[in-house]
Amino acid sequence: MLKRVHFGPSLLPFLLVAPQIAITIVFFIWPASQALYQSLLVEDAFGLKTEFVWFQNYSELFDDELYFDTVYRTAFFSSMVAFLSMSSALLLAGMADRVIKGAKVYRTFLIWPYAVAPVVAGALWMFMFDPTLGIVAYFLHAMGSNWNFRVNGDEAMALVIFAAAWKQISYNFLFFLAGMQAIPKSLIEAAAIDGAGPGRRFWTIIFPLLSPTTFFLLVMNIVYAFFDTFGIIHAVTKGGPAKATEILVYKVYNDGFIGLDLGGSAAQSVVLMTIVIVLTVIQFRYIENKVKY
Amino acid sequence: MAEILLADVYKSYGKTEVIHGVDWHIEDSEFVVIVGPSGCGKSTLLRMIAGLETITNGEISIGGRVVNDLEPAQRDIAMVFQNYALYPHMSVYNNMAYGLKIKGVPKAEIDQRVREAADRLEIGEYLGRSPRQLSGGQRQRVAMGRAIVRKPSVFLFDEPLSNLDAKLRVQMRLEIKKLQERLGITSVYVTHDQVEAMTLGHRLMILNDGYVEQLGTPIEIYENPLTKFVAGFIGSPSMNFIETRLEEDATTVKFSHKTSFRLAGSYPQFKGRNVSIGIRPEHFFFAPDNPEAIPFRAEVVEHLGADTLLHGTVDEGESELIVRFNGISTVTQGETVPVYIDPANIHIFDAQNGKRLEVE
Repeated sequence: MLKRVHFGPSLLPFLLVAPQIAITIVFFIWPASQALYQSLLVEDAFGLKTEFVWFQNYSELFDDELYFDTVYRTAFFSSMVAFLSMSSALLLAGMADRVIKGAKVYRTFLIWPYAVAPVVAGALWMFMFDPTLGIVAYFLHAMGSNWNFRVNGDEAMALVIFAAAWKQISYNFLFFLAGMQAIPKSLIEAAAIDGAGPGRRFWTIIFPLLSPTTFFLLVMNIVYAFFDTFGIIHAVTKGGPAKATEILVYKVYNDGFIGLDLGGSAAQSVVLMTIVIVLTVIQFRYIENKVKY
Repeated sequence: MAEILLADVYKSYGKTEVIHGVDWHIEDSEFVVIVGPSGCGKSTLLRMIAGLETITNGEISIGGRVVNDLEPAQRDIAMVFQNYALYPHMSVYNNMAYGLKIKGVPKAEIDQRVREAADRLEIGEYLGRSPRQLSGGQRQRVAMGRAIVRKPSVFLFDEPLSNLDAKLRVQMRLEIKKLQERLGITSVYVTHDQVEAMTLGHRLMILNDGYVEQLGTPIEIYENPLTKFVAGFIGSPSMNFIETRLEEDATTVKFSHKTSFRLAGSYPQFKGRNVSIGIRPEHFFFAPDNPEAIPFRAEVVEHLGADTLLHGTVDEGESELIVRFNGISTVTQGETVPVYIDPANIHIFDAQNGKRLEVE
């Protein structure tokens, strides 16, 4: 146990934490409590009357098969995004770790996509794959494919997955590269002398030693895919076609701001908030306690 | 079992040459030590034998096979690293079994070999632990165990004891020596510690700035250092050097303006030349009755128990010396004592190039 440090009664510590507290209250506590409160209300589309209905919004939500479709879709979407972006980042980091000449240039280029805003990234991919004017779509058509993500739900899903994964590669790359560089070189050399080739060294030495980083990134990527991909989906597909790319966070927006079912949308956002809280708790507990070697 | 042959081996990083041509024939089952100050290239040379560094020029062969283009894994070597390089996520058992598993040795044999090595190194009870649960000395043993289970034809040691405390270092040094003798595996050991080098090696290579200063057995090097660098590097406390001139008679040197000394031989071809006279502290002895004795004034007296070190000067500080007497000396600070050296124990080096002068 650390010994507690005692400060005399003073205003200073309170002043120092005040800005952070204020930000948390204004941008998290207050909207979160509003959402909680709103999730217990039913409001008509014109906002003329509001009725307090206890948990009716939730029971309707959990009875709704469409909602569970969205849950499964979100699970598929986020696991694909996490898997794709983490595996490509791992591959790139593995190669960047071996590069000696021009390593800095290589790394800088790999980090760039992270600086692109999600909506811009979405717009970029949308243009490239646009069935009528996209350059990639042009090649796909030339190869005989019938590519049109505006009518084919699976293709739309694939496109948003790729766009979302691409954008997250840089972030994962940075962490993986840092993790790899923290592994003592002599371990790799010892494995080389023990007879392990590059592939074997990677899977038996480097990958296990990266496990804390990998776990951290897994949680971060799921959180990213759940929430931060809104911009990409909004720019590329708007959740369509026929809700094929509507993930939970997009449904909150769609039901609340387009469908004007404010109570139901609030209930959904409370569910999402619970998911984030659970993920965060897992992250902290697991990272602090379990992932050690 | 293998002999190692280094033939005209060079190493450069870009334009900087760090190893300037090393030739050495290491016999089968020999224990050799590469010793030198830090940055002399000794680890680089070892890593070149291991295959962790490329060979810029020349040839290295192990067991009659040129290994220049072979991967470390194909060279049939095992290496013990300074920081042990144990795999932190594997148990001690798996650390030791890793190399055997890769080779595809059957499970039962792996088990038998790991347990045998563990018993030999007295780490049998730690097999299930992970490296971070072990002390420095135990980790050191695991690193050795990992090397011996593979039964390689060559052992390479890269300063394996420098992370241990002094007492453990002495103990492990002895164990390494015994182990190598019992297994009879050709070993190359790198260290900056001359005591380790002297005690472990059948033969030593003294490396300085990428140049081989001397090759030879510890005794040869101690008794007959070929350069001033070797003379100063081997021996503790290190050799006393007096910068002076060889007199015209080719056999006397001046210690100071009033004290001179006769050498054992005569060096007519070097007369009048500037020279360095080297005398080991342990070669001085107390000589009250010798008319040629040198008056040595002790300024600091260090009692080490087994012997006594006297730091002092000859003739009002003209030359500073360290003198070592066996046992507990009664000499006190400020006292002047007559000391003498057997002329046969005096080393003489050229002041310019540091090379030993040979009697003609």
